[in-house]
Amino acid sequence: MAENREYVLQMEHISKKYADNQVLKDVSLCIRPGEIHALMGENGAGKSTLMNILFGMPVIHTTGGFEGTIQVDGETVNIDTPLKAMELGIGMVHQEFMLIPGFTVTENIKIGREISHPNLVSRLVGPSMETLDLDAMARDARKALETIGLKIGENAYVRGLPVGYMQFIEIAREIDKRGIRLLVFDEPTAVLTESEADRLLEAMRTIASQGIAIVFITHRLDEVMAVANSLTVLRDGEFVARREVAETSAVEIAELMIGRRVEKLVEAEGEDTRSLSDSDIAVSLRNYYVDMPGEQVKGVDLDIRRGEIFGIGGLAGQGKLGIPNGIMGLYDTAGEVKIAGKTLDLSKLGEALRSKVAFVSEDRRGVGLLLEESIEQNIVFSALEVNNDFTKKIGWMRLYDGKKARAHAQEMVEKLDIRCTGIHQHAGRLSGGNQQKVCLARALTLNPEILFVSEPTRGIDIGAKKLVLEYLTKLNREQGMTVIVVSSELVELRSICDRIAIVSDGKVSGILSPDASDAEFGLAMSGSRKRGKKNG
Amino acid sequence: MAENAKKFVARFGLPRVIIVGFFLLLVVCAGAFQMDLLQIFSDCIRRWGMYGILALAMVPAIQCGIGPNFGITMGIVGGLLGGLIVIEYRVTENAALLALGTQLLGEENGPFLAKWAAVLLAILIGVILATGIGWLYGLLLNRVKGSEMTVTTYVGFSIIAFMNIIWTVIPFKSGELIFPNAGQGMRNTISLASSFSEVMNKTLAFRIGPEGHCLTIPTGLLLFFFLVCFLVWLFMRSKTGVAMSAAGANPAFARASGINVNRMRLIGTTLSTVLAAVGILVYAQGFGFMQLYNGPMMMGFTSVAAVLIGGASPNRAAIFHVLLGTFLFQGIMALGLPVANQFIPESNLSEVMRLIISNGIIIYSLTQTQGGGSRG
Repeated sequence: MAENREYVLQMEHISKKYADNQVLKDVSLCIRPGEIHALMGENGAGKSTLMNILFGMPVIHTTGGFEGTIQVDGETVNIDTPLKAMELGIGMVHQEFMLIPGFTVTENIKIGREISHPNLVSRLVGPSMETLDLDAMARDARKALETIGLKIGENAYVRGLPVGYMQFIEIAREIDKRGIRLLVFDEPTAVLTESEADRLLEAMRTIASQGIAIVFITHRLDEVMAVANSLTVLRDGEFVARREVAETSAVEIAELMIGRRVEKLVEAEGEDTRSLSDSDIAVSLRNYYVDMPGEQVKGVDLDIRRGEIFGIGGLAGQGKLGIPNGIMGLYDTAGEVKIAGKTLDLSKLGEALRSKVAFVSEDRRGVGLLLEESIEQNIVFSALEVNNDFTKKIGWMRLYDGKKARAHAQEMVEKLDIRCTGIHQHAGRLSGGNQQKVCLARALTLNPEILFVSEPTRGIDIGAKKLVLEYLTKLNREQGMTVIVVSSELVELRSICDRIAIVSDGKVSGILSPDASDAEFGLAMSGSRKRGKKNG
Repeated sequence: MAENAKKFVARFGLPRVIIVGFFLLLVVCAGAFQMDLLQIFSDCIRRWGMYGILALAMVPAIQCGIGPNFGITMGIVGGLLGGLIVIEYRVTENAALLALGTQLLGEENGPFLAKWAAVLLAILIGVILATGIGWLYGLLLNRVKGSEMTVTTYVGFSIIAFMNIIWTVIPFKSGELIFPNAGQGMRNTISLASSFSEVMNKTLAFRIGPEGHCLTIPTGLLLFFFLVCFLVWLFMRSKTGVAMSAAGANPAFARASGINVNRMRLIGTTLSTVLAAVGILVYAQGFGFMQLYNGPMMMGFTSVAAVLIGGASPNRAAIFHVLLGTFLFQGIMALGLPVANQFIPESNLSEVMRLIISNGIIIYSLTQTQGGGSRG
């Protein structure tokens, strides 16, 4: 037991299932006092679940709890509510700021833990009516702000402060809690500018030097190399490795994060008779910006050749999803987009559709489907609106041709093997995989020359996954369709794409061949190629 | 058996089962009180045709995504103006039309032609005015996305207040319209006896049974109602109609298919307003009077209630909901008054019942739509 005392937090053999879905499997996390420990992994590696367990979130305990033990300062504890975690001195700095804009810095820091004196009214009706000791509160706030080196007045209003400051106030609030031993930073630098991020890292060092341990969740390798003492890498809910930063390298970490998994989800069938040429460009982007919230594209130059399967990968929030959404005109864009040599007027909605570009959205239920309408309606809708298909002319009127639409929907259902009770079933009632096939069917009904597919396999089971990917390959090989797959799942990109562009921080950080090494992908995804230069 | 009954209730909807049950109960009561059932049924059918188009105005509004249009009074004032203009210029007394009518239809039915010309002209003027009003109204609604229901309600009330001023100063001269004894301003209730009163109701009307104890079918009225329903049904199957429904069901989806959602909402709102203008004239001719001032104030509520009783939700509505809902709602009104008067003579129980049913059903259907969440 003696050696356990060395760690402030020890989570051992943690496993967690949501229904039949194993999200964590035998994961361990050990952190020493005063150390900055980086917790790393791709999206869906299990980082948030692990933190939810640490904080005793209700989502864990209402879904059957977890297996494994948690020790704080060598003592086994049972954290079943967030309150318990707080009492044990575990704090969290949220990615989204949980601050009240109309309150002052002090009020935000001390909210819920105000210092107060009893008065006449409070003796009658209880402590909720006690007088606030504003001076004592301001003193506490001042102290917390000084600890992290933030020089602003404690009486300033939070509204109007720069984003970077808000993050610091969050941290100050956690530090102000008595007996804080461990602070979790959940991707704190994601929303900060570079100089703000540097100051934040500096503040983290200061906090750690006072003996408070820090769990630092991030994707950015260079930040880890800069501030962390040690790190744990998770992948697909499994523990991969624990390393001391001094004994490892960025390349090794990148390799650990990506890892070798079952390669080639799809076996290429038949001969590849395509001839791709750098002079025959289907989609060309120049200095392309998209203002999509959470997925900003900040100046992309890309050339996608006619007839290839092009992959766009990268971590969530880096901007890969913004690329197709911008082309389809769903968000404001700037820059130049050329489809088959012709410049698109992106201010006109539906311009891309008329240029024979189709899109399968990543937001299936939100954008991709009319949930309350039939499969038939969903499949024929776009073609009806864009190409006037499935209409018949009666006099001057152009009316919906139900017979033609039904026949086509039936054909698509058979072709894509959509499991349903019939083409009149509501799309909302289908399983995820079948909904995705309906979305795909709608896009194909447009007879596109260029097909953007965004997160084609998100939330669908492995069988449907394989079928969708195989079908995309088939479309590409047999009909010469240019297919652009945007996905967070590197494995699927690597199994079907000819080239893969990795997007990091709104820009293309590299265009790689699917056979490139894991380290190259890892580095590109972490954006270390550009930023690495600065930090050495 | 119980299983089947449950399935039936689930498909037909519990409120409809209750309302149909209530309707049948009223029929039984009326029979027990030995009332003239045939005449009551005639009244049901007449009201069905009269109120139908006003309820139909909800279909494009709900389908395009603005939800139940409590502000159909916007279109109603357009229709009323159309009617007033026709009376002011005495279209029904036009000698040429009367002569032509006599020539074509014979002495007895001669005035019908002029009356039809008058009502159709009134509808035409009403439609033109309502198109303009509806377009502006649609522009407003595009700026208040998410709170349309509140806004339509207040806009509906506001236009009534505004028109209350207009009615007093509008420079019509006809003695039929202005207050008698050289008064100024429009009357509260304007008789259509000399213009197009009951022109649709009486066209091709026939009786089943002996005079005084018979079922009267207002064929012309019903045909006109069904014709408008058919036109709206055709529109909903056109390319624009399909796009409009999609824009209402899921704006993000519609945008991804290159549809201008705001334009679709404008079209839907305008169409709804236009239908309201047509609807009020059909109502007025059946009623025999045009009511100005606060008369049409609550028309929006009864129309919304009717279509909701028929099974529509604030997000989805179909012509079938209009047909069923208007019949049930107006049927209960027609039956309710005489039956209630038998229970408590000299009471206004039926008016109380109307308010409870129409407001109750609106509240019920609003609570039912929470958590649907398919509309971004």
